[in-house]
Amino acid sequence: MTRMMSRPRTRGAVLVAGGLSAVLALGACSSDDDGDGGSADGGSTDCADFESYGDLSGKTVTVYAGIVAPEDQPYMDSYKPFEDCTGATIDYTADKNFEQQILVQAQAGNAPDIAIVPQPGLLQQLVATGAAVEPPAEVGANVDEFWGEDWKAYGTVDGTFYAAPSGASVKSLVWYSPTQFADNGWEVPTTLDELQTLTDDIVAKGDNKPWCAGISSGEATGWPITDWMEDMMLRVGDPDVYDQWVAHDIPFNSEVPTEALDAVGNYLKNPDYVNGGIGDVSSIATTTFQDGGLPILDGACSLHRMASFYASNFPEGTDVSEDGEVFAFYLPGKTADDHPVLGAGEFNLAFADRPEVQAFQTYLSTDLWANNKASASSEATGGGWISANKGLDPANLVNPIDKLSVDLLQDPNTVFRFDGSDQMPAAVGSNAFWKQATAWITGQSTKDTLDKIEASWP
Amino acid sequence: MEIADKLLSMVYALVAFAVVLGLILFLASRYERRGGRSIAWWFIAPTLLLLAVALVYPALRTIWYSFFDASGASFVGLDNYGTVFTQSDQLVVLRNTVLWTLVTPFVATAVGMLYAILVDGAKGEGVAKALVFLPMAISLVGASIIWKFMYDFRDPAAGTEKNPVEQIGLLNQVILWLGGDAKNFLLDSPGNTFWLILVMIWIQAGFAMTILSASIKAIPSEMVEAARLDGVHGFKMFRFITLPSIRPSVVVVLTTIAIACLKVFDIVRTMTGGQFNTSVVANEFYTQTFSAANQGLGAALAVVLFILVVPIIVYNVRQLRASEGR
Repeated sequence: MTRMMSRPRTRGAVLVAGGLSAVLALGACSSDDDGDGGSADGGSTDCADFESYGDLSGKTVTVYAGIVAPEDQPYMDSYKPFEDCTGATIDYTADKNFEQQILVQAQAGNAPDIAIVPQPGLLQQLVATGAAVEPPAEVGANVDEFWGEDWKAYGTVDGTFYAAPSGASVKSLVWYSPTQFADNGWEVPTTLDELQTLTDDIVAKGDNKPWCAGISSGEATGWPITDWMEDMMLRVGDPDVYDQWVAHDIPFNSEVPTEALDAVGNYLKNPDYVNGGIGDVSSIATTTFQDGGLPILDGACSLHRMASFYASNFPEGTDVSEDGEVFAFYLPGKTADDHPVLGAGEFNLAFADRPEVQAFQTYLSTDLWANNKASASSEATGGGWISANKGLDPANLVNPIDKLSVDLLQDPNTVFRFDGSDQMPAAVGSNAFWKQATAWITGQSTKDTLDKIEASWP
Repeated sequence: MEIADKLLSMVYALVAFAVVLGLILFLASRYERRGGRSIAWWFIAPTLLLLAVALVYPALRTIWYSFFDASGASFVGLDNYGTVFTQSDQLVVLRNTVLWTLVTPFVATAVGMLYAILVDGAKGEGVAKALVFLPMAISLVGASIIWKFMYDFRDPAAGTEKNPVEQIGLLNQVILWLGGDAKNFLLDSPGNTFWLILVMIWIQAGFAMTILSASIKAIPSEMVEAARLDGVHGFKMFRFITLPSIRPSVVVVLTTIAIACLKVFDIVRTMTGGQFNTSVVANEFYTQTFSAANQGLGAALAVVLFILVVPIIVYNVRQLRASEGR
């Protein structure tokens, strides 16, 4: 009985399958024709600047990044003039696991046309896969014109220039409350000694502990301390020693790094100085970095060293401005003349050299794009994006913190250095340095900490 | 537009599935005429193929990689395994995994069983059971975030008269109300691992309770009555009637939770990120492979995890066979 039944059923299934595959073939045909008809109407954009790129109608450039919603919208908006004027389509995709995925893609040979890479260390790994290609000469010329040697060096691997900088962030900032400072007659410090005096003054006043911090960040717990230490490396040492330390030309546990970490400990491991509004020294380890600076709003803490992007962590409606509820000042150098700035940023690395990719890569390296992107960010997300591009017009920025950051980056006295842990090998920069920094804040000695990081260097 | 695209790719997937299925059925029907066992192979073939591609090959590859250095370039023999079993940080990882696997299954099963026996036949049994079972419905990440708030710590000593500190964490607030000192639950090792384990127990006790409650209800009432007539009550009833009757279910529950604990990743990653000496093998494997770019060590950890899970699975399968054989 069952035998008799099974045959017709089998045939039926085959028929259904055959029919469906015919539909599949039809579907494949029809999905082809929507690529072209793109929007050739220039609209309000002035296309004169894009003429040199030629007609790229029907061409597509894929962009892959780690910047997800809502910060991705300004990127797409800033590509719009290029798309409208050249006819090319820019396909932007983003993924929070970008840093892991892009390596897998490059190794497997299906990399995007352009990747927005947030770390020089990762840039080197990607170039080492052999999949990355050099940009056209115009990109190099633009970087020479709009950035400086220091930024160009971070986009260079083994003497070959690969990637132009994109966005940037400034890390050498201390968040404070301008109202609290004004009420108590405190001044923004201009040297490291003044910062020390200010800290002691706040302790003497006795209303609150001066500093607050939080380093918890899931697996990356500890990174805010690595930033602290890098900032102190630039101040206790100098930018040259910093470069040697990052490149491992001097051991991680040598004299200057030891002094630098102790200088951090002077603030963060001093029970009289921390952790305003949160707890004792060890509470730094379990407080998320997002929460670390919030006690400033209650007046429970006065100082919080954190990068420019921290502005978005304050609750909506907070007045972030020079004489508002909260603002930031430049973490001072050893003297008022020293002006080292620690920061980070992204780079546009290409994996294809088709004409449309090169044209788009060139557009991204211009001051035109930087200004388009800044205006798009101001409109879509209220700012929060800057570039070290010297052609960036501060008038396109709406956020006071962005203006402060751009002023710092464009200041002729500034010596810029890129976040060191982002350049170290992954075993150190995204593992041992974080872990040992966390162990250090919960009680491990400076010597043990630096010895263990040195031992982990591959 | 995006939805249309996605629907279209779903249609493709369904079509591909139908084509493959149709092909197999067609081929099988051709062979069926010749009879014999060969037809069975046609039905097993897709499974075998997928297992080979998606399980056997990657497993062998992983074992192979575990004998190589960080970048997978040069052969280092057993060095990675040496690191796993000698380096102080890695030993802490192993210790934690052992703690998880020993503590969680027994405590969760005990709690679940006790609860199942207590509410068995009581008024409002359904509601009482639902309350314990509910955590099972929450994802591990969600549960971890909830408990992270429960454990949250603010040191009262950090406040001044003008700026007193207010607790966010429920547990610490309760401790303060009772006159104790606030505690930073997630910081001090090895106690912090137990606070993480508590989250898993909270989730798994519901699972244990459901399965065990069902098998307690399946105990023949004649047996229970006969025991009663013989004068068996209370603990003796549990020891000599209930427990032997539900033994196969207890083994399944214990081994299932044990395997879940060996592979635990979400809770550790969400609550501490493996910091403060709370990392476990699965978390360390991920960290080493993807963050520290140490493929060799990551692969070795994966192999260690695999070796640890195998005996439990073997025991589980043998128990299952034994109970079916009866």
